[in-house]
Amino acid sequence: MKQTIEEFLAQDEQKELLRLLTAGSVDDGKSTLIGRLLYDSKRLYDDQLQALERDSRRVGNAGGGIDYALLCDGLKAEREQGITIDVAYRYFATSRRKFIIADTPGHEQYTRNMITGGSTANLAIILVDARHGILTQTRRHSYLVSLLGIKHIILAVNKMDAVGYSQEVFENIATSYRSWLATQQFTIADLQVIPISALCGDNVVERSESMSWYSGPTLLDYLETVPTQSDYNLDSFRFAVQYVQRPNQNFRGFSGKISSGIIRVGDSVTALPSGKQSTVKSIVTYDGDLEYAFAPQSVTITLSDEIDLSRGDMLVLSAQPRPQIGHNLTAMMVWMDEQPLDSSKHFYLKHTTNSVRAKVSEIYYRVDINTAEHIPANTLSLNEIAKVCITTAEPIFCDPYTENRQTGAFIVIDPITNFTSSVGMVIELSDNGCLKKEVVNISLKQLGIDVSHSKVIALLCKELERRCGITINCTE
Amino acid sequence: MENYSLSHLRALEAEAIHIIREVAAEFSNPVMLYSIGKDSSVMVRLAEKAFYPGKVPFPLMHIDSKWKFREMIEFRDTYARNHGWDLIVEYNREAYEAGVGPFTHGSRVHTDLMKTQALLAALKKHGFDAAFGGARRDEEKSRAKERIFSFRNAFQQWDPKNQRPELWDIYNTRIGAGESIRVFPLSNWTETDIWQYIRLEKIPIVPLYYAAERAVVEINGNLIMVDDERMPLELRNKAQLRRVRFRTLGCYPLTGAIESDADTIEKIVEEMMVTTRSERTTRVIDFDQEGSMEQKKREGYF
Repeated sequence: MKQTIEEFLAQDEQKELLRLLTAGSVDDGKSTLIGRLLYDSKRLYDDQLQALERDSRRVGNAGGGIDYALLCDGLKAEREQGITIDVAYRYFATSRRKFIIADTPGHEQYTRNMITGGSTANLAIILVDARHGILTQTRRHSYLVSLLGIKHIILAVNKMDAVGYSQEVFENIATSYRSWLATQQFTIADLQVIPISALCGDNVVERSESMSWYSGPTLLDYLETVPTQSDYNLDSFRFAVQYVQRPNQNFRGFSGKISSGIIRVGDSVTALPSGKQSTVKSIVTYDGDLEYAFAPQSVTITLSDEIDLSRGDMLVLSAQPRPQIGHNLTAMMVWMDEQPLDSSKHFYLKHTTNSVRAKVSEIYYRVDINTAEHIPANTLSLNEIAKVCITTAEPIFCDPYTENRQTGAFIVIDPITNFTSSVGMVIELSDNGCLKKEVVNISLKQLGIDVSHSKVIALLCKELERRCGITINCTE
Repeated sequence: MENYSLSHLRALEAEAIHIIREVAAEFSNPVMLYSIGKDSSVMVRLAEKAFYPGKVPFPLMHIDSKWKFREMIEFRDTYARNHGWDLIVEYNREAYEAGVGPFTHGSRVHTDLMKTQALLAALKKHGFDAAFGGARRDEEKSRAKERIFSFRNAFQQWDPKNQRPELWDIYNTRIGAGESIRVFPLSNWTETDIWQYIRLEKIPIVPLYYAAERAVVEINGNLIMVDDERMPLELRNKAQLRRVRFRTLGCYPLTGAIESDADTIEKIVEEMMVTTRSERTTRVIDFDQEGSMEQKKREGYF
């Protein structure tokens, strides 16, 4: 039976939203894949296609065929240099979901952009070229995706057409990736490996006729059906007060976006940092009052008591464990600024709706993003990632990033340039000062170990540092 | 049973409201730029939602190029009055008095003087430190790369290669003297989302979006409506009555109509879902030169 347009719209308005990140370089066929998704899901208009065909002939790299990559290279400077400079956002929808793609380049110098593009993603597609298998950049992307707390990963083994659609090649890549992951400190919650050819359209939208040995979902099938409900933390209610509404003497409402959890009228809530308690009187929206609200809704909450509460403060459920509170924040930090970190300098740290003065007190180690190894460091430069301890001028309240991507995240702003110098993900918070970096000095001679063993000992020390974060200076 | 998942439209709405409130909380003198188009209409409704039951704490500003459709101006004044908005209207008086217009000066000069320069002067005159715009990332390639909070230096210019990283929903709102931020709460909306939301929320829009019999002239493949007698007589003489509507609205000589029977929102959405041309094809200014939108944005155009 034919649907009326009204029925169709009523249904279409209920689609879910999925945010995804694509990681890989132009050589992996990333832009071709995105172009293919847009093309096959009919998100390209005739005039865009005409422009694409015209540009493909003029500046394309697809030998006269349609160069889907040109769809994604928007800025003039990029066309000249043939690289993607920054995060670009693409949109497409199917009958089941609306998708927001954060398209980021795979070059090493652009870790910053991948981090930017991936911060809100539910899912990441990591592309590998079937001819080359798992490369350094695959490992780097996997580490970054895990650092960002993205739960669902698709390892898309692309260019299957170039390896004769070989099941063996595919299985080898899948197996070597899984066994490499097993040796890593970081974890990926949900991994799906899919053999595709973006160029020929195999297993992207349409099931491949050349890979009958593959019985799993196509890329789009998976994007449409992967459950994302559990990606939002609905356990612990966290509400950062963003704006206080006082239209008249009788109304005082606290507006904000629910970071996590669920709130109901009548719930007992605690204000932080004051610790004062009250109950939820109403949950107000333009469309009428609500009985309950949940993350990530934007609402206005009124309370039964006149308690002191302003922007930057947080409401939590009295019955639930509170977030951690303290001055000393241990976190993974990604340096995003051309100017390296100056540990003597004070910064602004913005966390939820709260801004405080802060400084980096300790750098425990830097992470080599290609190998996930820990390296001693005294400063941080652009694109470097480190475990640090930050001291804030006033106590802040947050949750570990792995538990809460909203209240566990912060940005660091340079007070002179106002640039976003760095971003961070909270590991833990305390009020006991920053733990000092553990550096152990050992001398082989003093321990009576022959210098001929120094190479082995040095390797062992390196491994201890990687696994335990203890820096050992080993001298002969 | 309680449901804890948001539809894509409600998720986009929650994101936009959060962005709008963040600006109101962190800037001392924000303004919402109002183009009277469908995107602006959605943005304005989102602002009303963000501060309900209170009043929106910033004004609307329309940069009048003096060549807008007359129906747009009527709609603007009625809407602002009915919804209690504080409305500022600014235009480039000098250029207007010199008679600048698209028919006599071409689209490039007209757009630069009556839109870009007028906007820059108005922002400076009022000392606004943040300005909301209704631009969407799916509209055009250079917009796809722009941040939601987009920094402008003291010359109001956008530097695409040196954008501030923007992560999660934590926005960097810090600026120096003379600098400003353009804010795009609809960044993640598509044209389909806009229409679906207008339908869902029953948001009033300018009637020109609906199909009706209108007098139009075909100029360089675009159907241009005869909105007043400033259109040269030799063009006006070629006018024909056709059943048309507009997918985007701007200066009437620079905005092409499409032939259509869609006279309800439902029909518009239905038409859009089967359409084969993107909405910007009806905007004449984009075709000036390759990368022309990027160029205009660097110069300060929205």
